Amino acid sequence: MERRAYYRNPVLPWLLIGPQLILVLVFFYWPTTQALYWAFTLEQPWGGGNSWVWLDNFLAIFRDGEYWLTVARSAFYALCTTGLSMAVALFLACFVDRALKGTKIFQSVYVWPYAIAAPAAGVAFRFIFAPQSGIVGSINQIWPGIWDPATNGVHALIMIIICHAWLGIGYNFIFFLAALQMIPRSITEAGAMDGARPVRRMFDLQLPLIAPTVFFLLIMNLISSFTDSFGLIDTMTEGGPVGSTEVMVYKIYFDGFKGLDYSGAAAQSIVLMLLVIALTFVQFKWVEKRVHYN
Amino acid sequence: MTNIRLLTAASSITLLALATPAFAQTKFEFWYGLSGDLSERVQDMCRGFNESQSDYEIVCVSQENYDNTLQNTIAAYRANKQPTVTQIFDAGTLDLMLSGAYMPVRQLMEDNGYDIDWDNYLSGIASYFSTSKGEMLSLPFNNSTAVIYYNTDALEKVGFEGTPQTWEEVETVARAMKEAGYECPIAFDPSGAWQWFEQFSAIHNQPIATKGNGYGGLDAEMVVSQGKFVDQLTWIKKMYDEGIIVHKSKDAGETANDAFVNGKCQITSSSIADHGTFGKQAAEGVHWTDAMLPIWEGTERTNSLVGGASLWTLKGKSDEEYKGAAAFFNYLAQPEQAQTWSTITGYVPVTMAGFEAMKANGFYDGAPYKGRELAIESLTFTPPTENSRGIRLGNYASIRAEMVKTMQDVLFNDRPVLEALQAFDAKGNEILRRFEQTYKGAQLP
Repeated sequence: MERRAYYRNPVLPWLLIGPQLILVLVFFYWPTTQALYWAFTLEQPWGGGNSWVWLDNFLAIFRDGEYWLTVARSAFYALCTTGLSMAVALFLACFVDRALKGTKIFQSVYVWPYAIAAPAAGVAFRFIFAPQSGIVGSINQIWPGIWDPATNGVHALIMIIICHAWLGIGYNFIFFLAALQMIPRSITEAGAMDGARPVRRMFDLQLPLIAPTVFFLLIMNLISSFTDSFGLIDTMTEGGPVGSTEVMVYKIYFDGFKGLDYSGAAAQSIVLMLLVIALTFVQFKWVEKRVHYN
Repeated sequence: MTNIRLLTAASSITLLALATPAFAQTKFEFWYGLSGDLSERVQDMCRGFNESQSDYEIVCVSQENYDNTLQNTIAAYRANKQPTVTQIFDAGTLDLMLSGAYMPVRQLMEDNGYDIDWDNYLSGIASYFSTSKGEMLSLPFNNSTAVIYYNTDALEKVGFEGTPQTWEEVETVARAMKEAGYECPIAFDPSGAWQWFEQFSAIHNQPIATKGNGYGGLDAEMVVSQGKFVDQLTWIKKMYDEGIIVHKSKDAGETANDAFVNGKCQITSSSIADHGTFGKQAAEGVHWTDAMLPIWEGTERTNSLVGGASLWTLKGKSDEEYKGAAAFFNYLAQPEQAQTWSTITGYVPVTMAGFEAMKANGFYDGAPYKGRELAIESLTFTPPTENSRGIRLGNYASIRAEMVKTMQDVLFNDRPVLEALQAFDAKGNEILRRFEQTYKGAQLP
């Protein structure tokens, strides 16, 4: 028999969820519809008026070769940061989980990076990675010109990816560790008695068992790497050199706020939103099928 | 007992509150985009204005930088919460002009009975903030132009007397410096498109866009790849490859200005507003001087472009507030105010009278202010031409960013100069057409 709680009074439930609904409407759906409206118009920045242009804004960005480069760069960026951040976090979590000496300390120390705001980390990393004066830059004195994110786009992109991944490690680590600790000891012990080495145990036992966590983190990391890179890029490279670290969010910010092209930026954010929705949908549709929750 | 006391207190407060409006001052806001030391100076100025009279009270709010000021003013204006006066930087001028969101400064001053001699403003400055017919829309406030700075010890070491006036001479001394063992003869930051590109075009009388750099209409087209800047960028690239021009920027770890004041680089180009900063920051034993931007031999020098920001009065405020704004502008225009401001900041005096007064006082005769008069000389070298009165192009901040990318592309990725500049023109035209479409049917004031 299905048990369901229900209210006799039809108004009361609405009142109860009212505050939450208002919050969501005001802070999420209202801006989204506004952006949607702007994406189909040409909006004057000072609010002098606008004209309806149908799909012109979207056609304009799709025609722009540089925009597609930005999309490709964002995808590459998302894959690399997610992969790097999760791999390192899992690696660390596996060691901490093995109850080595000092585990207790590492458990809390590894989370710290997550508590640092991206722009603050960006400023610190800018000094660390600076080619002419930073700590990493000092390898230039051994091999001149080997590290130069200020002029070499590839180096700059690698630098941002490393920093973004670094910021996410703490968050991923906590989830991995919690998941690993949920696995009954007897299972890993049985594996060990059958002669499986730690690495084998990780791939054959632990990883399948924590698959739901991996799946959850995959989604969270991918979304975050599409949308949260702004703070780092703005403080470290401002999209340069030659636009080689310009990802989708940064281009939206630049076109909208610096270039005052509100409509173009609105159209780009709609595209980004659809992309993130599609990505999440795909993951739930196909990837989740391979995840077993029990 | 306590109750009665409370009651008395409450009633006296009420009385006070009721009584105050009778001698209330008109309060109005002024948003500006300067921070740090400059922000303190603006606050001093506001305090001075408030103390000088009792009818108005100005509330000055720093928005940290020009970009924020522009963005916040726009957001406030759209929400009808705008300040009465706001400071907008050069690249944001056209958007505001077309928006109709402002009250022309000339009208403001006339309406409130102030008689300002508009012809007194330095021509190069006035033309940037005026309509094509010459009416000033905003009040020039903190203005500058670009100059070139030389380390005099380095010049002496390579045996050059005076300061190089042409790029040929710059190349000669820079080469000699390299040979004399200086690692960084010329510091170059591509993000300084303003001094390396815009000012170059102005003083060589080269158009950036047709229609007089956009003054003639929104349908202007970029023409950078057809002018002298092609040769200039080619030269910069050649010098860069030979190690005579060295890349210095924030992301490289040291800005061009820092490298210059530390004595690591011997030549740099920057705003005259940095004259004061250099004076304060120059490392022990670093001697330097400034000069007007060099030109190529065989070319005629025209006036350089004004940079910096101006004060705009926004629409939608009360007459009382406009009166206050006019009084504030009048206060700023007093010669003593103009001189103090220019002394402590390094920005140029914006009126001829202000400049003459300072010259007569001997302000420019000795250290640390000697050399700043060159900015005025550069700004007023010739009457402004079509190409040197200013840049009136839509979304110019985006176009400037494209130029930064273009210079980086040429320097770092070896992209052929002509091809890169043609791509820049194409990109710029796209931005301009988009802007034109946004303001369909709008006429430039």
